[in-house]
Amino acid sequence: MTPRNELRPNMSLTASDRRELIKDAGRLVPVPARRRFLRGGVTLGSLAMLTGCDVTDSKTAEKLLMRVSRFNDRVQGWLFDPNRLAPTYPESMITRPFPFNAFYGIEKVPQVDGADFRLQVGGRVRQPGSWALEQLAALPQQEQVTRHICVEGWSAIGRWGGVLFAHFLNRVGADLTAKYVGFKCADEYYESIDMPTALHPQTILALTYDGQTLPPKYGFPMKLRMPTKLGYKNPKHIVEIFVTNDYPGGYWEDQGYNWFGGS
Amino acid sequence: MSTVTVPSQRPSGSRMDRDMVVQPGWVRVAHWLNALGAILMVMSGWRIYNASPLFAFRFPDSITLGGWLGGALQWHFAAMWLLGVNGLIYLLLNLLTGRVRSRFWPLSPRQLVSDFGAALRGHLSHDDPSRYNAVQKAAYVGAVVLLVLMVLSGLVLWKSVQFPWLRALLGGYDTARLVHFLAMCGLVFFFLVHVTMVALVPRTLRLMILGR
Repeated sequence: MTPRNELRPNMSLTASDRRELIKDAGRLVPVPARRRFLRGGVTLGSLAMLTGCDVTDSKTAEKLLMRVSRFNDRVQGWLFDPNRLAPTYPESMITRPFPFNAFYGIEKVPQVDGADFRLQVGGRVRQPGSWALEQLAALPQQEQVTRHICVEGWSAIGRWGGVLFAHFLNRVGADLTAKYVGFKCADEYYESIDMPTALHPQTILALTYDGQTLPPKYGFPMKLRMPTKLGYKNPKHIVEIFVTNDYPGGYWEDQGYNWFGGS
Repeated sequence: MSTVTVPSQRPSGSRMDRDMVVQPGWVRVAHWLNALGAILMVMSGWRIYNASPLFAFRFPDSITLGGWLGGALQWHFAAMWLLGVNGLIYLLLNLLTGRVRSRFWPLSPRQLVSDFGAALRGHLSHDDPSRYNAVQKAAYVGAVVLLVLMVLSGLVLWKSVQFPWLRALLGGYDTARLVHFLAMCGLVFFFLVHVTMVALVPRTLRLMILGR
């Protein structure tokens, strides 16, 4: 993941730059057509001004881009079919080793004590409270071998096992008409998803990876695995789950990533 | 005489028709919106590519759009509407007005070879701006095909779960990713040749702005 403080290009054109650009453009055009052409005010260099030019960094552009992203959330919500399953694969196709990916290096992966750990559940649920890992492991488990797709473009096939999230939400008496399910994680990460995806048959609260307890590098104590959403939407090291109608945001969304993030 | 031209009805190379509209308004508007949309998509696409390169190189940050991966993604998923909607309107109007037939038909491979040879020798005539020579027809049809491929492969990358038929048609997620990149290469090549040709025959640029 690219760090947030990566430098943005910031070029602006002085008046003399603009004059030079027009002169350059003029030299490229043969004489008879030149006067009429340039009188029209069009320069060949005008398209090049898009690169790093002020207009693409402006507040107006940012606001417009965010509005389009919100619109895309609605379109994706409309496109999402709660009955359509993501493709599954044979175990022979599992990517080995499965890549580690986070917004920090592997040495900073949080080390959670499994014995002391309690998952906090709250918000619009009839049975708020805490869950120990053994209690979660005692619920009906299911497995999947699915493709993890990163927003960067790469993908990897992995095998996760855990509790069907819809089953868990029913167990805690969650308000299934609520808009969002939010997550807080042990590593400063936080996420939120739409309720229809939370209830999807392949959305699981993953406790195992490839048949073993989920290791820290892949999200111990638990990860929300959703093959219908991009990688950054699948929070790891979950310590708290809550159901709400107030938009909880997300680590990357609050920096401009699209919220729905659906595949 | 009508002021809106239907090129196939006019005798070829007729000079008195110079003042008639060669490129209708909707073609010109669609052309420039497509150009803008495609440029925004390619430049933001390069920044997205850089986040996880398919090959052993990155595009220089200075020619990419967005400032960082998050910004590039915002531009990419905004400009896709411009390119998609405008492109669709352009294709539909071409079909409905009969411009496809009058401008791009017939597509003769023999004519293409002969015109290409003439172009290489600098002998390809541009006397009649209302007609496309065989090289132009092939190039513009090719550009449309590449753009359609980019959109289809892009849709697979964006929604590989929700569009399973399209995903299968494009050969799966990883193949779609390759198609998306290769079609972009073809498009950029077309763009470079196209802009060079326009620079060599600047009258065509005036036609695409003023229509005549």
